[in-house]
Parts: sequence; structure tokens; C-alpha cells
Amino acid sequence: MSHFLKTMLGAAAGSLMFSAAAFAQDTIKVGVLHSLSGTMAISETTLKDTMLMLIEEQNKKGGVLGKQLEAVVVDPASDWPLFAEKARELLTVSNVDVMFGCWTSVSRKSVLPVIEELNGLLFYPVQYEGEESSKNVFYTGAAPNQQAIPAVDYYLEELGVEKFALLGTDYVYPRTTNNILESYLKDKGIAAEDIFVNYTPFGHSDWSKIVADVVALGADGKKVGVVSTINGDANIGFYKELAAAGVSAEDIPVVAFSVGEEELSGLDTSNLVGHLAAWNYFMSAESPENDAFIAAWKAFIGDDKRVTNDPMEAHYIGFNMWVNAVEQAGTTDVDAVREAMWGQEFPNLTGGTAVMGTNHHLSKPVLIGEILADGQFDIISSTDPVPGDAWTDFLPESAVLEADWKDLECGMYNTETKSCVQIKSNY
Amino acid sequence: MIRILRAALLFLALTAFPATAQDTIQEVLQAHRETIEASSRRTIQPAIDAIRDSGHPAAPLVLEKWEARDMWQRTEDGLFFYVEPEGRNDLKVFDFDTASEIGVFSKDGFDQLKPNSGIRALIASALVKFQLTDPDASKRRDALAALARNGNAGHLPILRDAIAEEPSVGIRQQMERLERLLTIQFGASDDERIEAMTYFEGDLGVDARAALNPILTTTRRVAPGTEVPADVNLAARLRPGGEELSREAAYDMLVAANLAPARLTNSDQRNALQANIVDGSVGGVPVADLDSPAARDRAYAALEAAGTVPSAATTDEVDAALAGHVFFDAYNERSAAVTDAANDVLTSIELKVAMNQFIDLTLDALSLASIYFLAAIGLAITFGVMGVINMAHGEFIMMGAYTGYVVQQIIPNYTVSIIVAIPMAFAVTFAAGVAMERLIIRWLYSRPLETLLATFGVSIALQQIAKNIFGTQARPLTSPSWLDGQMAFNDIVAISYIRIAIFVLALIFLAFFLFLMKKTRLGLETRAVTQNPRMASSMGINPDRVNMLTFGLGSGIAGIAGVAIGLYAKVTSELGSDYIVQSFMTVVVGGVGNIWGTLLGATMIGFLQKGIEWFNPSNTLAAQTYMIVFIIIFIQFRPRGIIALKGRAAGD
Amino acid sequence: MRQSFILRNPSILIFLACLAAFTVIVTLLSHAYGTAFISTSFVKTLGKTLCLCLVAIAMDLVWGYCGILSLGHFAFFGLGGYMVGMWLMYARTELIVAGSMANAAIPPTPQEVRDAIGTQIFGVVGSSEFPPIWMFAHSFWAQMALVVLIPGALALVFGWLAFRSRVTGVYLSILTQAMTLALSLYLFQNESGLRGNNGLSGLQNLPGVSASQDYISVWFLWASAVALGLGYVLAAWVVSGKFGSVVRGIRDDEARVRFLGYSVEGYKLFVFTLTAIIAGIAGALYYPQAGIINPGEVAPIASIYLAVWVAIGGRGRLYGAVIGAALVSLVSTWFTGGQVPSVNLGFYRIDWVDWWLVLLGLTFVLVTLFAPKGIGGLFDLVTERFAPNRHGANYGPDQGSLLEKEGRK
Repeated sequence: MSHFLKTMLGAAAGSLMFSAAAFAQDTIKVGVLHSLSGTMAISETTLKDTMLMLIEEQNKKGGVLGKQLEAVVVDPASDWPLFAEKARELLTVSNVDVMFGCWTSVSRKSVLPVIEELNGLLFYPVQYEGEESSKNVFYTGAAPNQQAIPAVDYYLEELGVEKFALLGTDYVYPRTTNNILESYLKDKGIAAEDIFVNYTPFGHSDWSKIVADVVALGADGKKVGVVSTINGDANIGFYKELAAAGVSAEDIPVVAFSVGEEELSGLDTSNLVGHLAAWNYFMSAESPENDAFIAAWKAFIGDDKRVTNDPMEAHYIGFNMWVNAVEQAGTTDVDAVREAMWGQEFPNLTGGTAVMGTNHHLSKPVLIGEILADGQFDIISSTDPVPGDAWTDFLPESAVLEADWKDLECGMYNTETKSCVQIKSNY
Repeated sequence: MIRILRAALLFLALTAFPATAQDTIQEVLQAHRETIEASSRRTIQPAIDAIRDSGHPAAPLVLEKWEARDMWQRTEDGLFFYVEPEGRNDLKVFDFDTASEIGVFSKDGFDQLKPNSGIRALIASALVKFQLTDPDASKRRDALAALARNGNAGHLPILRDAIAEEPSVGIRQQMERLERLLTIQFGASDDERIEAMTYFEGDLGVDARAALNPILTTTRRVAPGTEVPADVNLAARLRPGGEELSREAAYDMLVAANLAPARLTNSDQRNALQANIVDGSVGGVPVADLDSPAARDRAYAALEAAGTVPSAATTDEVDAALAGHVFFDAYNERSAAVTDAANDVLTSIELKVAMNQFIDLTLDALSLASIYFLAAIGLAITFGVMGVINMAHGEFIMMGAYTGYVVQQIIPNYTVSIIVAIPMAFAVTFAAGVAMERLIIRWLYSRPLETLLATFGVSIALQQIAKNIFGTQARPLTSPSWLDGQMAFNDIVAISYIRIAIFVLALIFLAFFLFLMKKTRLGLETRAVTQNPRMASSMGINPDRVNMLTFGLGSGIAGIAGVAIGLYAKVTSELGSDYIVQSFMTVVVGGVGNIWGTLLGATMIGFLQKGIEWFNPSNTLAAQTYMIVFIIIFIQFRPRGIIALKGRAAGD
Repeated sequence: MRQSFILRNPSILIFLACLAAFTVIVTLLSHAYGTAFISTSFVKTLGKTLCLCLVAIAMDLVWGYCGILSLGHFAFFGLGGYMVGMWLMYARTELIVAGSMANAAIPPTPQEVRDAIGTQIFGVVGSSEFPPIWMFAHSFWAQMALVVLIPGALALVFGWLAFRSRVTGVYLSILTQAMTLALSLYLFQNESGLRGNNGLSGLQNLPGVSASQDYISVWFLWASAVALGLGYVLAAWVVSGKFGSVVRGIRDDEARVRFLGYSVEGYKLFVFTLTAIIAGIAGALYYPQAGIINPGEVAPIASIYLAVWVAIGGRGRLYGAVIGAALVSLVSTWFTGGQVPSVNLGFYRIDWVDWWLVLLGLTFVLVTLFAPKGIGGLFDLVTERFAPNRHGANYGPDQGSLLEKEGRK
């Protein structure tokens, strides 16, 4: 027991007191900044495991630059200020060379000032609302033009939807995405009164009235489509209510941006067949890389029923790109790696190649899948790779903005006044 | 690439024999091969039409298989077949024209065609022609469903023919209704359409409104002069500056119609000024001074006078322009008789719709109230009767839900598993409640506020343990199929069966609670112990045992509530914490120590929340916020809740 | 008989001395002013902990001394943070906007500057106009005044309503919990004008200050230490003397004090409002160190944790609250850091990230059951304070003031 106490105390001193500059580095440290407790643990724990798997695999291949990788896992506990604190700890105490992490926008915004101040490097794997390009962040998830806009195009062109219900959880991603969509739909000639918007709290479970409202939208004879940015657990109640109300995908299709294989595993999907989701990756994609990835994941986690999802692919691409960029730069120095990241290419799991742009966003294909009875998605539409757009073209304030870290050296460049609005992000 | 070339060659070869061109359905398919492969709703219609109108006996088969995604394409030659799955990796392949099996092949050589739901709707619509008179009743119903979604003028005669031959009364009624609907939309004459409309007076169906409303769509228009042009079917005349049309919007319409010059926006002004900087000043105003609107106006006026920039419309000009034009909404439908009739029918519907919406809202509120009641009833016992603040109450609900999940993993039959899960959940949470009472709470009866802390500790520990055991993902708890779907009174008033079940469960619990407290010995003893433990024990009651049982009972009920809540929402480790604050408020608002109070409290909160949601449908969060604010204010005026205990029972 | 205030409360001197020593040591070990032994992130953690200690003192005052178990004091803490955050965001963005507009050919009008700031701040949540509550955000002094005024006013109105209708005990606890829940739900809404779920972020960057976070973190540590010291003295002063006796009397038997002719409601209202203001100030110092404030911070669970800190530290003694807050939040940081070694039981490996909350929860239970006086109770062994022997079961800390004469040997 006393030995145990000693190790604990030693670890405490090591973790909190010393600046780790004192330690000699014989490994390359990779920070994993995902919540393992609290409300977001439901989504983020999977990503932590993904990172551990990727790092383990890379180490089996001999590591990077001849050194082994070492994962430093911390738990920001779904507490947004804690994200900033843990990021600072990772960068200054553990001296990590790169971080993979965050899920919600607010956690990213919390971390941004810290990594920009300390010149860290973060790979952010989740689809998000855009309107941001930080020098120190690589966004491997989808920007709105890689998920929301193609999905709405699909609605307009393939399903002939004329009336839109934008349902979202009340936070920044749905808010901004819906703003962009509203503006885009108006450009496409959809009248303002044909766009119904509703926001619900996190974890909302009482959906009967909202579903009834959506059904009632059909009363003026236009085809109604639902665009759902409902987050996490709340989807379960929503889809259950949808199924109970007998809303079939033929009558009122629902396209979701936050529902993937992981979320569907908490549901009986037999009543939801035909509803849609838009992502850059589906587990059902047919490619040898994907088969290998799924097999490795199941083996790593020791559960044959576990599923893979889009943010996992984002981490897969992001991690491998980082490894290649480090090998190319010959160092883990953030500035050198960042420059090596531009134009970095890596095969998608869905076939094709992802390319990292100079605005720090990936170019990826957009897939639209229909929910199947077994909780998987049937991919019914896929586009050519779409480059991620940091600043959307469909809102007047951001249409004039551009991000290019290579030539313009600016993440928020106003093309009208030809000046860089700011080098650091606005958080 | 080679594959496509080869297929193209084959296609050429096929079409090279003109005499046999398109004798088989395969040839029809090959003729439209590219559009079928592209699989886009925008371009697919000719292909579907060609198949439908080909006259081949296999046409319906092709359409049906295509719609069902059973049509596959052979990679090597691009021919289409329909298939049945054979094992994991093989397909049993059939030819369309002969409907005969060709053989069993590996999936690798074939591509599945995946028509999206837009295309499937078009296919279904094309299939109507074949299915409407199909001997199979279910196919006729499919056809009617497709018609309801996607009917067009061409369907009207087919449908009318089919009605006469329809043997089933139920389907015939459906057909007649559809015929009326289609007549409203596509009827040949105005009279025919108006007559069809009268069929729907007071009808609550969404489809009726969906047919009528498009007739009343309007376009906002502007015309010079002061009179509306005569050829317009006028819906309403608008006054600029009125409620319907602001002056700005009206002027924008004029600008858009090129009937008036644009007004100057601030950014236009700035750009114009910026473009005319001469020697550090604009129109005589130094650039450095241009940081106020007044200075910019002066500079712009100077530029205007010099003629360097176009003159912008002044307020007077705007007034004149607005006065010189007439603004109005015009119906897109030309015939006034039709629009009037549609208006009449819709008015007759609207009042009924509003009333039914109110009923539906009431049902929703009742359902929400019963959920709150169910979540709170265990607390009504532990907190209301015993005065124990159990912050872990929510976690007991969660334990019940997880018990349901575990039972469902063991017993795959949903009905049986629910029947087993309910007593199991009760047993598990009863045991947990008793353990907690014995280990923790009984030491703290004299310190009620500290029970709060201790049980809070239990709550976070239980929550984390649940996470460690079941993981953080939500777990499925699926209701048996007889609880699927909803009870629909009409297209507006409907409530899902699972909610009805929860409502019934809440009633059962209420009855059980009343029976327990008023009619059983345990109830009597519980009331005695809570009112005066020392007196009760001198009367021969064992307060320890009574407290233990009562607390266990309250916890057990929470467990059952957990199964019900898990069925309708989700099963996660945070399930309980979603309900704990609401549950406490339900009990407090209603009045502690009285089950009727809890019932009233739940009802009030449920109705209040739905009421606020109705006022502000786009923001559910606001409804919750204002509901809590209301409760806070309510408690200020009735600190002891709706039903306050009086006399000695009140304790203090 | 009349001793000076300090002499009657020797703990003040000890506490201030400890606090001063702590601050000096941390400063000397920091990156900015010393040997760089302590990392900047840990300096920030320590600075934040001091703020938490301050709000714990407020909680102790209102609960441990006045007997009001408020489960809503983090609402005031959060409000203080929001008020200071508004100014920080506005001022920082103003500098950025002024910088980017300086290159424009034509100088911007004040309205254009304001619009641009609005776009920058609210662009994230899809809006660009300043809501009315940002009226004073441009003025440092006005916004600093609001740090005190807003929590104070909310506490005053809420307290007046609640105490006037004699809502007491558990009911009051639940009511305060409802208050903080309503506030957090309100702030979650985008319409509230405080950026909804995203909250206010980037608060660690002080406008116009170019010093690195190494320095800023130490400055905030100093400020927090000063605030904690002042708060401690103020709280000690409030609870000593006649006022303190009445307040404790209210805790022990409210009805009796009322019959003695004291305006119980007035005393309660004063303590409630004062502690809300202290909490607001603590929050205003905390969030610039945390860097972000969002509605999740004022969720009911935060206030419950606050009560738990005070309970673990020991209620009814100010140093107890400080010890509880400091200990629990630091240990919590340590365990969630993921660097505590796992314990291998052979059949199962205890990862503390997974089991820390279980441990914490069980600690609450054990402390409540077996050490109702909390950690602070240990000091009784030194100071020879003991519970009066009343020939019966222990009354518990709620009942019987420990400062009564029979409580001394």
C-alpha cells in the first residue's frame, strides 16, 4: 500500500508541478482530449478508443521518425472550461506534439485561445458549423458545404421537397447550420414561411407536439422534408415518436447530420427504414481499407457488435495525415508539420482520396445514406470530393471571407477590403 | 472504363438489329440504360414512362423489382436482371422477359440499383396503372398510397374506371376520396372542381387541406396606377406601411420590378465615396472626417451635385413612387369561382382544425403530465410521506430502465420481456432502496438536509457505475409491437400507444398508492411513523421496519417508472438526472404529503409547458424556462403547494 | 470584556498568514516570477481554486451560519462571470475590429464599428446585432458595477419573495435549485443574447495586455488571493458579534429568534444578498482564468457540488469551507488528469478516470455519516472545542451553536 501511495504522489508531482521540459523525450507524445465522463462521453469515448487503436497500430509499424508514439489521455469531463485547462496542461506539462480531440463546438472554442497562444496543433474530427479557420487546428470533419448543403440539394433535386422543417438542438452547430440553410434555401426560391425552425434542449424527450407540428406542415400541399441537427440522445426520443406517429420516409423524409451508426445502435430502426443521414463516411462503404479498419476496430475493442462512424474516419484520416506530414517534415515541430500538412493526401475509407486544403479543411466526398433495418446505412448517393469551405458562401457577412494559410497567411481574409481581419480566431 | 465501353458495344450490337428493336423489356431498359444508371429523379422520368408504356407484360414486374431494389445490373454487359439473395455472397438471378431463373452467381459480378425514395415515388406512381386493378388487395392499397403522394392528371381516368370495378368497400371508399381530391386538383372544368370541393366541407384530413391550399396560393404583385388590373383574380389589396407590407418591402418590390431607382444603402454609400477619393477628400469633405453619417451624407450630396454618382431616391420620391402604384396579392388560380369555393371549404375546415388542435394539445399535455407524475410518484412516497430527500431517486429510475434493457437482452420476445422486466425492475430498485435506507438514510432522519448530501453522493456514484457497466452509449429498450404506432382519431388528434400505456400506468400507480396508504396496515403504520415515530413505536409499530419498507416501495415504483420512461425515450446513465429536478418540483408544487397534490402538480406543469410551447412553437427551451420561473413565483404565493397539509400533519 | 475583532478570531490571522505564504510561494515557483517549477496551467488551477474557496465561504455563510441550504449560489457565481465576460469580449473584439478597420480607405462611423463588433461576437451564433443587455458592455466601470449589482439584485428579489412567504428548509433548497436551473435554461437560449450554449469565450486574453499567460495567470492568482483574504475577513466580521449571534440563532431556531423580536427575514435577506455578491465577485475573478463561461456552469449540479465542498470541509467554520473547496477541486483536477496510476486488482483494473466519481460520491456519503463536522472538525482536536454534553444523542451540526459557553472547556 505504501508503495502505491508513493507512486500516486510521485505521479501527482510529475503531472502537476514540474514543467516537463525537464524530461528527456524518447517518445513522441500524442494528446487525446476527449470527454470520458459527463454528457459528451457518449460520443467522445469512442474517439478516444479510436485514437488509442491508431496509435497502437502505428507503433506496431515502428512508430514515427523511429520513435514510439505515446498517448496522453486526459478527461475534460464534458466541462468546457476544463477543456482549456487540460489543453494547456497537455501542451505545457505533458509537452505533447499534437492533440486529437474535442467534439462540441463550444469545447473547440474553449481550446482555441490556448492552442493559438501556445502554438499547439489540434485535429478536430467532427462535422461542425464552419465560420472558423485557425492556424493551429486541422478540421477533419465536414464543414456545412460538405454535409448540410449537399443534403439539402438532394432534398430539392431528388426528393422534390418544397417545405423544410429545420429541427435542431439549441446550440451553436444547429443554429449556424440552420442559418446557412435558411439563407441557402431562400436563394433557391423557398419562401420564408415554408421554412419551419425549432430548437429543443439537449436530451429532449417529449417530441409529440413537435412531430405533430411537422406533420401539420403538409397541410398546404407541399412536400415536407425534415432537416435534423438534433444532437445525441435526443434523437432516440425523436425517432421513436416519429415511428409511433407513422411518419414514413416516403411522406416526410428526415435527413440527419448528427445521427450515425453509433446513435442508431441505441434504437430499433425497423420503423425508420428509409430516413436519411448525410456524412462523409458510412460503415457500409465498400472498400478494402474500410473492411480492414472495421476488423481492426472490432478486434481492438473486443466487441463484434461495435460500429464505426464518421468522426472515427475523420480521426483515421487526420492521424495518418499527421504521421505522413511528420515523416515528411522530419520533425514534430508544429510549424513545420503544419506546412507539410497542406496538400497532404490520404485514401478515404470510402474509396477515393482526401486532400488537406490550405484552409485547414479536408476535401472529402459527401454520402447520403438511407437507414436500414439493421441500423446500418445504405449509401444511395455520393458526390465527388468537395473541398471544405471554412467561411460559407451563403451568409452575406462570411461570403466575402476566405481562409488560406499558405499564400494569404490568414484564416479570416476579407476579399472585399483585401485585408486580413485577424490572424487569431474569434472565439 | 473498359467495362463501359464493352457495354456500349454490346448495346450497339443489340440495337443494330432494327427489326427486333425493343421487342423485349431488356431492350427498353438498355435504351434508357444511362438514365437508369445515373439514378436521378430529375432525369429518370422518360425511362419510367418508356417501361410503363412499353406494353410488355413484364413492365410491372420490372417496375416492382426496381422499386424494391431487387433489380441488379450485370457488370460485364450491363444487362438488367432481378435477383433473390442466396446465402451471404450469392444471388439467384432471374431474367425479366421470361421470368425464369438464369442461375446462381456471386454478387461480385453484379451491381445493385438503388433508386432513392424520390425515384421510388415516381416508379410507384407509374405502377398505379397496373396495380389499381390488381387482384391482390394489398397491391391496390399500395397503388392508392402512391396516388395520394404523387397523383397526376393522367391518373384521374384510370382511377375512375377502377372505382367501378372495386370489390372491396373499404378500398372503394378510399378510391372515391382520392378521386375527389384529384378532381379538385386536375378536374377538367371549374364546376367539376367546385363540386368536388364540397365533398370536403369540415373534413379534417391533411390531404384535403393539401389539395385545397395550393389553389389559394398567391403572388405578390405591383402594378402602375391606382387600380388593380382587371384580369387579376384578386386575393387582397395591400397598403404600403400596413401590417402585411412594410414601406421598405413595398419599395423594394418597385426596385425589383425596375419601376423605381434603388435607395442608397450604407455600404453602397461607403463604396461610392471610397471610389471617389480625390487628394484625400471626397466632395470637399476630408477623408478623416468621414466617420459620421452626417459627414458622409454631405460628401455624397456633393458628389451627386457634381454628377459623379447616380442620385439616390429621397424620401419624397419614395412616397411618390409608392402612391403611384398599387400593391396586391393575386391568386395564381385564374377562376374566382374556384378560389371562392376553396376559401369557403377551408373556412369550414379551419375552425374544426383549431378545435382539434386544442384537443391534441390537451392530449399531449396529459401525456406529459402522466410522465412527470410517473417520475415523481416514487418521490411522493419517499419525500412526500417520509420527508426523505432522495437525490438518488433519478438513479433508481435509471436502474429500472437498465433492468428493462438487461431483461430484454436475455428474453428476446418484447412482450414477455416487458412483463418480466416490470417486476424485475421493482425487485432491483426495491432492494437498492432498502439497502440505501438501512445503510445511510436511517442514520440521518434527524438531519434532513444532510440526507440530501449523502444521497447526492450515492447518485453520482450510481451514475458513474452505470456508465462503467453499460458504457456511455444509449441502450435500446424496445416496446412490444402492440405498443407501436398511435391511436389516431383523425389526422390531427392522435396519441401514441406507448403514451397511453404510460398514462394508464400512472393511473394504476395512483390507485395503488391510495389503496396502500388508506387501506393497508403498512399505509396506516407509515402514516403513524411519519407523524410521530415515538408514539407509533409505543403503539407496537416497529418504525425501522416501516421506514425500510416504505422507502423500498417508493424506490421500487421509481424502478417501474424507469421501464416506462425507457420505453418512450432513451436508456442512458443520465436518464435519471433529467427527471430529478422536475420530480422534486412536481411534488413541491403539488403539496408535500398528498398524492392528489402530486397529481395536480404534474398536471399543472404538463399543461403549462404545452401551453407555453403552443405560444412559441419554435423554441421548446423557452417553454421549460418560463415554466420553472412560473413555478418559482407560484411557490412564493403558495409555499406549501397546491394542496397544503393542515394541522398536525403539516409537521411544523 | 470587549476584545478587538481580530483577537476574538485568531483564525483570521492564521488564515491570512497561510494565504499570504501560499501566494508568495506560488509566485516564486511560477514561470513568470520565479523558478518555473509550477506550470502556468497549474497556477491557473490554483488561482481558480482560490475563487472557488471564496464562493465556498459565501456558501458557508449562508448555509453553515444562517442555515439556508442554498442550492443556487453558482447562479450568482456564473452571473458575475458573465458580467465580466461581456466586457472582456467587447473590449477585445473592439481592438481587433479597430485594427482591421484602420486600413480602410474611409474611417468607420461609430455605428459601423459597433456593427462589426456585433458580427464578430454573434457571428458564431448566426446573428450580428447587439441585444439590449450588452448596453453597458463597452464601459469597463459600468460592467464591473454590474458584477456586483446583477447577482445582488437577483438575490435581493428572489430572497425577498422567498423569505417573505416563509419558504424554509427543503422547500427553499429546491426553490433555489429551480432558480439556477431556470437561469441556465434561459442562458442556453440564443434569444437571451449571451451566445447561448457557446457562452462567452476567450476570456483569458485581457484586452490591451500583451503580457503572456505566464504573467496574467500570476496576476489573477494575486487578485484572487486578495479577494479571498478580504472575503474571509468580511465573513468573519459578519459572523462575529451580535449580528453573528442572531444569524446563528436563526439557523438553530428560527421561530424563537422571531419571537425575540428580530426581523428574521431582514437578517436572512441581508446574508443571502451579501453572499450572492461575494459569489458574483468570485465568479468575475474565476472565469477570466477559466477562459470560457457558458450556461452549463450554472446548472444545478454545480451548486450541489458547492454544498458538498462546504460539508466536506466542515460547515459553520469559515476555514472549513476553504479547506473543503480547495481539497475537493484539486483532487478532482488530479484524478481527471488521467495521470493517476490505475490500480490493478488482478481480476479488474481500476482506471481512476472511470472510478473517480464513484469514489467522490462514496466520500460524500461517508463524510456525512461519520464526520458531520467535516475536515474542519479535526481542528477541534487542537483548539479543544467540543460539543456540549447534553446527555443524549448528538444534536448534529445543525443544532446547537458550538460557540456557546458550555462548548468551551
